[in-house]
Formats: sequence, structure tokens, C-alpha cells
Amino acid sequence: MAIISNRLTKEQYEQNFSDIHPPFENKTAAQVEANRCLFCYDAPCTKSCPTSINIPKFIKQISSDNVKGSAHTIFISNIMGAGCSKVCPVEKLCEGACVYNLLEEEPIPIARLQRYSTEMAMENNWQLFDRKPSNGKKVAIVGAGPAGLSCAHVLSREGVDVTIYEKESKGGGLMTYGIAAYKVTPQFCEDEVKYILSLGGIEIKYNQELGKNVSVADLQKNYDAVYLGIGVGVARKLDIPGEELEGVVDAISFIYDLRSKEYRDIPVGDKVAVIGLGMTAIDAATQAKRLGAKEVTIVYRRTEMEKPCTQVELDIAKLDGCGIIWLAAPKEVKGSNGKVTQLICSIMKPGEPDASGRRSPVDTGETFALEVDMIIKAAGQTPFEELVNGNQIKNSKGKIVIDNNCATNIKGVFAGGDAVNGGKEVVDAVQAGKDGAKAILGYLKLINN
Amino acid sequence: MADISSNFLGIKSPNPFWLASAPPTDKKYNVLRAFEAGWGGVVWKTLGSQVKNVSSRYSAVDYNGAKVMGFNNIELISDRPLDINLKEITECIKLFPDRAMIVSLMADNDRKSWHELIKKTEDTGAHGIELNFGCPHGMTERGMGATVGQDPEIACMVVEWVMEAATIPVITKLTPNVHSVVPTGRSVVKAGTNALSLINTIQSVTGIDLDTFVPNPNVGGKSVFGGYCGPAVKPIALKMLTTIAQDELTKKVPISGIGGISTWKDAVEFMLLGASNVQVCTAAMKHGFRIIEDMTEGLNNWMDEKGFKTVNDFIGRSVNTITHWEDLDINYHIIARINPDKCIHCGLCYIACEDTSHQSIKLDYGKPYNTYTIIEEECVGCNLCKLVCPVDNCITMEVHRKGDEYLNWKEFQRRGLPLNDH
Repeated sequence: MAIISNRLTKEQYEQNFSDIHPPFENKTAAQVEANRCLFCYDAPCTKSCPTSINIPKFIKQISSDNVKGSAHTIFISNIMGAGCSKVCPVEKLCEGACVYNLLEEEPIPIARLQRYSTEMAMENNWQLFDRKPSNGKKVAIVGAGPAGLSCAHVLSREGVDVTIYEKESKGGGLMTYGIAAYKVTPQFCEDEVKYILSLGGIEIKYNQELGKNVSVADLQKNYDAVYLGIGVGVARKLDIPGEELEGVVDAISFIYDLRSKEYRDIPVGDKVAVIGLGMTAIDAATQAKRLGAKEVTIVYRRTEMEKPCTQVELDIAKLDGCGIIWLAAPKEVKGSNGKVTQLICSIMKPGEPDASGRRSPVDTGETFALEVDMIIKAAGQTPFEELVNGNQIKNSKGKIVIDNNCATNIKGVFAGGDAVNGGKEVVDAVQAGKDGAKAILGYLKLINN
Repeated sequence: MADISSNFLGIKSPNPFWLASAPPTDKKYNVLRAFEAGWGGVVWKTLGSQVKNVSSRYSAVDYNGAKVMGFNNIELISDRPLDINLKEITECIKLFPDRAMIVSLMADNDRKSWHELIKKTEDTGAHGIELNFGCPHGMTERGMGATVGQDPEIACMVVEWVMEAATIPVITKLTPNVHSVVPTGRSVVKAGTNALSLINTIQSVTGIDLDTFVPNPNVGGKSVFGGYCGPAVKPIALKMLTTIAQDELTKKVPISGIGGISTWKDAVEFMLLGASNVQVCTAAMKHGFRIIEDMTEGLNNWMDEKGFKTVNDFIGRSVNTITHWEDLDINYHIIARINPDKCIHCGLCYIACEDTSHQSIKLDYGKPYNTYTIIEEECVGCNLCKLVCPVDNCITMEVHRKGDEYLNWKEFQRRGLPLNDH
């Protein structure tokens, strides 16, 4: 057993990481589905979209051969509508609420239709927004992820000059660095950022990290307002013996490497355990398998009833051949010669419901051992506690605290997205960016709110 | 099993479904295929003076992805030599003696031409003649087709010529491109036509190509008004049929119903409003002759369910249910009811009622699903909510009479009863 790279041929890698949700082949295919849409009033799909895209409208616009209008309808609510059409867990959002579900019929493929319009807009570089003349106001945004880009786009449309400070060498944040490659390709992410920036008025300064190259105090001094969309950091520590052994990696770094290097250069074990069952855990498990791991086992401390990922995501993992052990909590990592050899798990049983209403797992005292050579930690992410404390930003265990108006404790400094909520979907961050922009426009007295 | 055979003026066919005079019936090859598929009869595409057709010829109206909701053609009468047509008609009759063979005719506008054409047609052994007084394009410029059908006097004159020569039944086909089909209908019945058929196609422009700015069908950068048919025209045809079926004079002759008939249900509706049989074209042009299978089977099953032994048991049964507005019962009142177990919360009933009708549906906000209920005291029983609801039987209209007695508008006025106060 060993953690090695270059397990597969070029063709195998390509096949394993090809688009899991293929687009409509042509206009007819898209219109067949678009015409099924009932055009609901006060539509449940729209109400279930964190960015409130007017879904019936954009779908009818596909039907009526107004794809440009359709793309505008999507982007006015969600500037990352193209990426979201690929990565959103739509089965629990728009498509999950589609009224066809209540007829036991297939819901409208909203994501695929959204992809149809937005990709056409990107391919043709349709400029769907006019930027108001510059009003002289300057806003700094930290983080070119979904929250930052969304905030920037709204501000720039209103004539604000925006500068984004991004620690990585590419924009897109989680979309570019934190999501399974078979959902969005690195090329797509670059194109999406480029398309968003084509509005004008937004400059991204890459390789500029908060706390290293730039501070909140500096930004506050040099700009009329600041928005922090810094996201969250590495995977939460397990706090169990043996966690430091070679072969224990964190899912965020694992996926980051996958997204920034060639597939053949990503090492993966023969027998991999993934800890956690969120979207990131699924992305890590499936991709470990797709990189050529012989055996991947997801270890989750609760039952299937309480799973945080969607059924669709779980099915992807199952179809990829990943195993799942329910009611198992990591207790200890064992190794030899400094390398992982075993994951010892406590066998749990469902206990009383916790605050979220889910039954808390209770240790039965029994354990089992899983023979592994690699462990991927994916049980939630850690906020940048040190960083926000260092900048005197009020926080709760690292999560930035904001008021109803997206404002932090520091005057003129706003925040949103994963940095505030601790880690949600891309689409939630996009909405947070819009909310932040609205708050900033009010603060700068550019709109009344 | 019900008997679905048809007897139209003594012309027998195994079912009441004929193919209308049109491209599907313009040569032996097609007609034999139609008979093999099971069609009860055909009306052979119109014979007359020599014409030449253009390219392109058809265009259609699609609706929300459904193709050919309406269909339009600018084709003229048969452009094949008369002797070939006549020879093929003779052969078809010999090969399928149990099927109805009607020949559509449109001679030049003189007595001699009509008499010659009728003689030649009868020599084929055809069972009947249909007079094309309805073609709305091309032939009208030559004083034929709809030009004849639009003028009761000219129509009367031509039918008189025809009846002098014809020894087989004559059906006169009416054009819908008039204010009312009744005047021409009455005129040709007086002149002796044995039957009527309606409707022919309706003059139309189906649409314009938004890149070339030329309407469809495009013939080298130009278009002309075409004849509209297909499912879109059915309601108009049914109305015109009713006026003929209710008129004291025209109701005396049998009617062959035409206009957007695509299914057995459509056919039954035409027959309930007085058509003795029906003619089909667009549906066959869209799907081929095989559609006859479900038409006969569907009709048969429906008749069995209703206990009808022959088609005569229900032909004309609904004619008297269409009355004058003044005779409607004002005390009849219905109120919509939304079945909460069936509702899928699409809100279509609500927005239709709220924006365009009587604000009779209450919206209770929910995320993601709102709840919709009828405000009974506001509901006027217009049916709109039920019509837009996508779920079968989710919205039903329940009877809540305003009074026990029948009360029509004249009586209502006579008694000086109160009008709406809002």
C-alpha cells in the first residue's frame, strides 16, 4: 500500500473527470424541456433559489427564442449563474421545489436550462449590463470568490470603482479551487471570472493575501468602503491521536491540488478513508476514486437519515464505488514508520435529537479498525480565526459577525459569504455579495435603503 | 362492438372517416395506401382546368413546441392531367369497392365545362361529387373556388348547372371566408345540392420570417394569403357547422364535417353538431394515414361506453344545446373549488383570476408553496381558473344556483331585478 501519483492513463483521467452533467445538445432539446415549464406564479423554484433567480421567466425566454434575455434574467440575480448551473445542489433547491415533483413527475431540468442560456452568453461574450459612469467612489473587496465577485459586479454596475485583493493567482474562489473537477473545469472557472470582469470597473490584484500583503486598516484608509469575502480555511481538525501521521490530509488542500495541478501529479492512496459526508467529503471521495484509489470508504458518525449531502451527491459516490460506513466516528489514527496504516473508529448509535433536530450519535464503546493508507478529513471547515482577530474584527469562533446590514464592527467594513456563515453553497455566497453591495451602496449614499 | 359504418346519401363506407380533397388524395398511390390503412373513403383532390403549382407550398403555426397547430397551403387544384386522374380513380374504385370515392370538381365557370367534367367523372364509377366552392387562393383570381362560394347567386347558378347533369349525389363544399356560411348554404340547397360539406380553408398569413421579413410560405421572396386549416380552425368550423345544422332549410340535407379533425373525439364533436360523417386532412398530412386506426377504435369504444349502436344514434344530438344568449338561465351559478389534495401550488389560477378576472382566489404565503383557496362570494363561475390549472380535476366547478326557477334575461329585465353593484 502506498500513496502514489500517476496511477492512470491520460485517457482514463480525461474520462474520469469529464463533465458529469452534459449540456443540451441543441436548441430543440432545450426547448422541449423549456416548454414543459408551467410558468408558475410566485414560483416555488424561485423561492428556493438563494439568489431568487426569476426561473419561470428565464425558461420562457428560452421558449420564445430570447436567449439573450434569458441570460440577463439569470445574471441580474446571480452573476455566477453559469457556474451555479453546474455546481448547485439543485435537487434541494430549485429543482427540488419544482411543482412537477408533486405530480411525481420529473422536475424541469432548471440547472441544465440555466447552463444553456448562460453558456451561450459566455461563448458569445454578450455584454448584458451597462455600467453607470464612474461616481468616484472606491471600494476594496478581499477575496475574488463568489461573494466578492458578486459584490463587485453590483457595485461596478452602479459606477463604483472596485479593487479586489485575491490571495490566489486565479479568481473564482471556491468555484475554482474547492469543487470537484468533473463539475466545473478550471478553464470554465477562468472564463467565468473573465466574463464577470468584462463589465469593467473591477480590478483584481492577485497574490495579495490579507494579513500578509494587505491589512484591513490599510484598505479602510485607502477606500470608501471594504468588503470581506475571505471564505473559510482548511478542514476542521479531528483532534484524535495520530492525526499528524503522513497520509492524513485535509480535503480542501486535496481538492485545491486537484484543481491547480495535473491529475497525474496528484498522489492518492490504495485504500482511502474520507471523514465526513458533506458536499466536500463527497467531492473528495469521488475524486480519490477517480484518481485511481482502489478502495474509498466514507466514514460518517450519524445515519443516512441525518446526512448533510443530498441523495444525488451520495448516489454519485455510490456509483463511483465508494463505500460508506454509517455510525462510525474516528477515534485514532495508527501508523508505522510515521505513515498511516489504520483508522480506528468508534461504533456509534443514534441518541437524542440535538438543536438541529438531528439525532446525536452516542458512542457504544465498541470500535473497529479500517486498514487504510490515506485519510482525507472533510468534517467541516475552519474559519480564519487568527486572521480576523488580528484585524480586530468581531467574530464568533472565527466566523465574522455582521449586523442586519452586512456591516462588521469596523466602520465602513462589510463582510459576507463563507467567512460569515462558516461555509455554505456558492449560490449562498453570491447572494451574500449582492446583500453586501446593497449595504455598501447605502453606506456610500448611492442608493436609499 | 358498435357499428361504425356510415351511409352518406346512400354512399356507404366502413367508417365515417373520409380523407378530404387535398394532397393526400391526389393520386392512386396515396389513395391505395389510405384504403389499405383503413380510411372509409376519399374525396379525390379537385379536378378542373389545368394549373401549375409553385414551390414552396405549405407553412404552419407551432405553439409552445407543439408542431403544426395550424397549417396553411397555397397549393391549387390537381396539377396532374385530367385523363390520368380519371384513370386512376377508376382503378382505385375497382381495387377497393367497399370504400367511398367522391371526386372534387372545379370546372371553368360555364355550363358546358361543368357538364363535360361531370360526365367524365361519373364514367369512373365514382360514388359522388363534391363541388369546390371554397379554395381561397389562386383559383379565385380566375373567378372560381371561393369566388363562387362567396356569392350565393353565382353558387346557385353553378349548382343548377351541376344538377342538370349529375346522376350521382352532389355535395357542395362551403367556404368559411364569408360573414356567414348560411346564405350560400341556403342558396345551393335551393338549387338542389344533395348535401353540404364545410369548412374549406380560411384565408391566412401564418407568420413572417424575422430574418428575411417575408411571410411563410416563401416563394422566391414573396408570399400570398394561404388557406388555414388544422386543429386551430376546429372551433370556427364547429360554429359554422352549427349554423348550417340549425337553419331550417340547410338542415334538411346531410352535412360532411371538415376542419381540424385530428382524433376520434374531434370527429364525435362534429357529428354531435350535425355532421353525418367527417373529412380529415391536416392530421394525416402530419402523421400519415395510420392515424385512422385510433380514430376507428376510439369511436368504437366511445360508442360502446355510451350504448350507441350506430352512428345515427348520436349524429346531431348536441345541435339544440346551442341556443341564444337570451335563453340562458341567469339563475344557474357555479363556483370554483380547488382540491387541496391535488393542488401543486403553481399559482396559475391565482394570477389569472387576480390580474384578469374577479380577484376570487386567496393566496396564503408559504415557502416554497403558497396555498390557494376560492373566495366563494367573489367567484362568478367563469371557468378561467379551471381552464389554466395544469392538474386534471383539481379545480371543479360546483353548482350553487341563485334561485330554483329558470330565469332568462328577458324575464330578468321584465321583473326589474337588480344588476351588479360593483
